[in-house]
Amino acid sequence: MNVGLYVWQRLTAALMVPLVLVHVVVIFYATRKGMTAADILARTRGSIAWASFYGAFVIAVAIHAGIGVHNVLTEWSPLKERSAGIFASGFGLLLLLLGARAVAAVVLP
Amino acid sequence: MSDRRSELTVSLWRGAQQGRYQTYKVPWRENQTVLDVVTFVQRHLDPTLSYRFACRVGMCGSCAMTVNGRPRWTCRTHVASVVKGGCLEIGPLENLPVIKDLAADMRPFFDKWQRAKGAFVPSPTRNDEIEHIRPDSTARIAADAAIECINCGICYAACDTVRWNSDYLGPAALNRAWTLVNDVRDGGNTERLQAVAASGGCHACHSHQSCQELCPQRLNPTASIAGLKRRTMWAYLKGEI
Repeated sequence: MNVGLYVWQRLTAALMVPLVLVHVVVIFYATRKGMTAADILARTRGSIAWASFYGAFVIAVAIHAGIGVHNVLTEWSPLKERSAGIFASGFGLLLLLLGARAVAAVVLP
Repeated sequence: MSDRRSELTVSLWRGAQQGRYQTYKVPWRENQTVLDVVTFVQRHLDPTLSYRFACRVGMCGSCAMTVNGRPRWTCRTHVASVVKGGCLEIGPLENLPVIKDLAADMRPFFDKWQRAKGAFVPSPTRNDEIEHIRPDSTARIAADAAIECINCGICYAACDTVRWNSDYLGPAALNRAWTLVNDVRDGGNTERLQAVAASGGCHACHSHQSCQELCPQRLNPTASIAGLKRRTMWAYLKGEI
């Protein structure tokens, strides 16, 4: 890992600390209140706040996990730096696409 | 000394990268070091045994070997403190190629000192005044804490990250770089920070702290590496490297 990857991984980790806490609180709130899928969608659809919140979350996860996978591959697999970088970038991109699709599903009107 | 008996069973690595442990019986003596045991084998039992030592007093860093699974300076390690069931298993340092028997090839270790820019780069000329360095300055205190490395390679052999990632510079080279980063007389810090911030540099460290646990000089390379992580991060954010 070089200093650029190190900084990005730490920055995204710092960003995710409050995001994870809010996400967990939201889960508890939604389940304890017995909210249905329709109730939740009614609140999230068209909401710029929720789109921003989970959009930032997905971007942070994709960057953070991609760098982590890159580190694991360079240390634990026979892959070289470049190959591990390509694989990890693909993994991060996949997370980004899947996450963006999920966010779009709940926030687009 | 509950483990005391009349003789020791000593298994020594014989061969190069490929080889096997060979067992010898060595008399148990009071106050003998692991290096004494190896020397006894070479002088009395098998003169073909190869190993490396020089000062015998813990200054030169030549005699490090793997003793019962852990890297140690053998000249200052008493047998009584490491023997298990009357047995000693002694091999060459790990994470380095083996030349023969107990002698590891230290070239990769010192090559990485070069890669980490571990050489002092003088900045003033002989015509300039000698730099006055206050012993209680923050930089000098940080350098002092890390300066007494004897290049024995124990931290390098103990490091899990070196084992996983052959590109990793290792604790000793990074510790050396940290002493120079804190030397106000040095003029090579931009290149040094670039070198230790690259892939295989300080950010590869997982802070397992085996280096500081086993360092015979009781240095803390993990702390030095943490210092490099902070220093390189700020240099990166400021666009200096």
